[in-house]
Amino acid sequence: MAYTEEELKKQLETKEYEYGFYTDIDSETFPVGLSEEIVVAISKKKNEPKWMTEWRLDAFKIWKEMKKPSWSNLKYKEPDYQGISYYSAPKKKPDLKSLDEVDPELIKTFNKLGISIDEQKRLSGVAMDVVVDSVSVATSFKDTLEEKGIIFCSISDAIKNHPKLVRKYIGTVIPKRDNYFAALNSAVFSDGSFCYIPKGVKCPMELSTYFRINQAGTGQFERTLLIADESSYVSYLEGCTAPSRDENQLHAAVVELIALDDAEIKYSTVQNWFPGDKNGNGGVFNFVTKRGICHDRSKISWTQVETGSAVTWKYPSCVLKGNDSIGEFYSIAVTNNFQQADTGTKMIHIGKNTKSTIISKGVSAGKSQNSYRGLVKISPMAENARNFSQCDSLLMGNECGAHTFPYIEAQNKSAQIEHEASTSKIGEDQIFYCNQRGIDTEKAIALIVNGFSKEVLNKLPMEFAVEAQKLLEISLEGSVG
Amino acid sequence: MSFQDKLLDSFIAFEQVIDLENPIHTDRKNALKRFESRGFPTKKDELWKYTSLKSITQKDYSLSVKSNPNIGLKDIKKYSINDIDSFKIVFVDGVFNPFLSNTTHDGKDICVLSAALTKSKYKKTIKKYFNKIVPDDQSLASLNTSYTQEGAYIRIPKSVLPEDPVQILHFSSGKNKPLWLQPRNLIIVEENARVEIIERHQSLKAHDGVTNSLTEIYAEKNSFVDYYKIQNDLETSNLIDNTFIDQQRDSNVRVHTFSFGGKLTRNNLNFYHKGENIQSTLKGLTILESDQHVDHNTLVNHAQPNCESHQDYKGIFSERSVGVFNGKILVDQIAQKTNAFQQNNNILIDNKAKVNSKPQLEIFADDVKCSHGCTIGQLDKEALFYLKSRGIPEKEAIALLTYGFANSILKSVNIPSLKKRINSLISKKLGVDLGFDL
Repeated sequence: MAYTEEELKKQLETKEYEYGFYTDIDSETFPVGLSEEIVVAISKKKNEPKWMTEWRLDAFKIWKEMKKPSWSNLKYKEPDYQGISYYSAPKKKPDLKSLDEVDPELIKTFNKLGISIDEQKRLSGVAMDVVVDSVSVATSFKDTLEEKGIIFCSISDAIKNHPKLVRKYIGTVIPKRDNYFAALNSAVFSDGSFCYIPKGVKCPMELSTYFRINQAGTGQFERTLLIADESSYVSYLEGCTAPSRDENQLHAAVVELIALDDAEIKYSTVQNWFPGDKNGNGGVFNFVTKRGICHDRSKISWTQVETGSAVTWKYPSCVLKGNDSIGEFYSIAVTNNFQQADTGTKMIHIGKNTKSTIISKGVSAGKSQNSYRGLVKISPMAENARNFSQCDSLLMGNECGAHTFPYIEAQNKSAQIEHEASTSKIGEDQIFYCNQRGIDTEKAIALIVNGFSKEVLNKLPMEFAVEAQKLLEISLEGSVG
Repeated sequence: MSFQDKLLDSFIAFEQVIDLENPIHTDRKNALKRFESRGFPTKKDELWKYTSLKSITQKDYSLSVKSNPNIGLKDIKKYSINDIDSFKIVFVDGVFNPFLSNTTHDGKDICVLSAALTKSKYKKTIKKYFNKIVPDDQSLASLNTSYTQEGAYIRIPKSVLPEDPVQILHFSSGKNKPLWLQPRNLIIVEENARVEIIERHQSLKAHDGVTNSLTEIYAEKNSFVDYYKIQNDLETSNLIDNTFIDQQRDSNVRVHTFSFGGKLTRNNLNFYHKGENIQSTLKGLTILESDQHVDHNTLVNHAQPNCESHQDYKGIFSERSVGVFNGKILVDQIAQKTNAFQQNNNILIDNKAKVNSKPQLEIFADDVKCSHGCTIGQLDKEALFYLKSRGIPEKEAIALLTYGFANSILKSVNIPSLKKRINSLISKKLGVDLGFDL
């Protein structure tokens, strides 16, 4: 045996964040702290109409009255909300006609991430709305989308150009007072994506945004609003990586999905923010509120691969309001070193014949803690609701923890709910079997983890599946069996 | 004056009738302080998310009876199992009734706690065991501790294997004002010993009293404890049942809870593993109707390697009844090779019935086998059709399927006459006589 557990552990510990670099782009940063003035200033900066400014101020008022939630299974140092700069935008906002005009530093960033825009454009036909520190600087494939009547732009542009749509839907799925972080986001969101798919349109390509927290000490407050009109279809990808910085960075985004009658939304996330170093210093706090509402016969499917962030705390949810609507949640959460994750989903069945599926896979290694927390609620009106949940945990090493907190509430007799969970480790016999056939221990672990997460990986769009698989390997390389 | 204040104020009166010199009095006083600072749990407490005590804590209760009600054997006969020899500890309105009881000091102690507290020969045992595993952060347990006086005291010495089971029977006569009773049981099963216990709380007349009971069980090395809780009270009574079990190495403790009656029932069942190679079994069968509410809150703390726990809770809910299951398996870092299993299956019969289930796993050790499963559903329509097509009327067919569903809990009951009794309780509850026993 050339590869011992100790060696594996050491290798794992010394595994530093591969994407830990810092792009030197001039940024315009607001003074730190949060006050009414800052909220107004953000709104002004973005030339927002009056109703938006008022909406933000209202949210700020609500946020001030709210208490920080403390019920999670997480231990972290409370961010100082007055010590964060709430706005940071790349100074040189280029007027883009072609990719050549994009800040070369930025292109470098993407190249390091392996997601060069032109390559993406050419090879995969992915339309990218790149967000670097909150303001979108490059948009592509706009024309193709425009032809179909699809609106895909930054949310600040949408506020300017499509105020009716934004005003009708913003905050309807996640109201301002929904939770502490959603209220904060509503007050100070800097930018984000807006997407509208018109009636009967099937979006011809995967829509994609890459978020990137770039400026030190700036919180990232993205806001995404995605509306799929009747009988439309869209698949949306969101990828997140952040450079290595010492102080904890707060990320409190809000994502709202609206699937009108017969529409289908597929929302995929790959999150690989800086998880902190092997001593648990630094790393991103990922406190995101994600929720979708399904109208009659519509479908929302969340797929997430969470390998990064020091603390991940999010529950992408589905409100199955319409009859015959479907909600799905597929998740892999991998934690290593001192990472913590408290993630899961909420499936709220309101309409008749609604169905939901939850597949959650947790892998914990090192000294990390990985929790699944989920709610399945069948309200009294939800006749014939059906739910299937499965959450499996894989433990590597004896210093990590895996926890499951499912909440199941049934108030209708026709409901059929199944929940199952298991916790196990990679069997020595499984590794031995692979070794016997000439596969070394590290490869064997990758193989087994891959098999463990296959159900979720399969749900990712092709372009993402490759990257996600790579990420899994990176974050678990050399884990103990 | 709220009832909570009354509880705090009445302590002075309580102190008049008890022995203040007893060392456990410090436990009482400290517990009262803890209850004072915490108060009754509310729905904001995570462990009480689905059960509100408001409806019972806003009323007024007496804490003790002034006149002893005249209860004879004929009044209580049908609530105890009489066709086998057994020890009996009978309480009426919280007061021990020696005429109805059958206690012993012959080679083992099966008696009452108030007697054990006063006699000096029990001092050492009481000091060693009393209130040692009850956590400080549960206010209802603290409340019970503060009013510790009466309850069952059972000590089975080393290698003693009593043939007869012990029945602990609590009756409330309903002849006085609604009562808030707080029985305290202490059960010690020493090395290689065993005991079978059947516990029952019963109102003799409809009245809305509350029982806040606490049982401490110490299972020493290689001991065996088989505990059956029958909760089939009238639909006006409320029961909060706290059970804390300390298990030493190689011990085996099984607790069966049959919840058929009562208005609001809350079971806090906690297992703490203190040695290796322990087995714990928690089983529950809940059949409810009308506005009944039963909450099973379990904790198994795997704190040592090579232990096993097995949980199986089944529920059948009709009309407007509510069932809650909140099970937690906690596996400490050193508890390698733990094998923990948890299952919760529910059937909803009517649309107004509700089930809230929260099966939790908290695992800090890697070499473990832990799993849980939870289902909520209906009786299989095809199975029902199959039975009906063979000439079995719908009502009987439903009963048959329900029996089948409940069977996995029933079949592990080791006392035949108890099994028969529970069987008849189930058929009564379902309104069908199947003419055979399971």
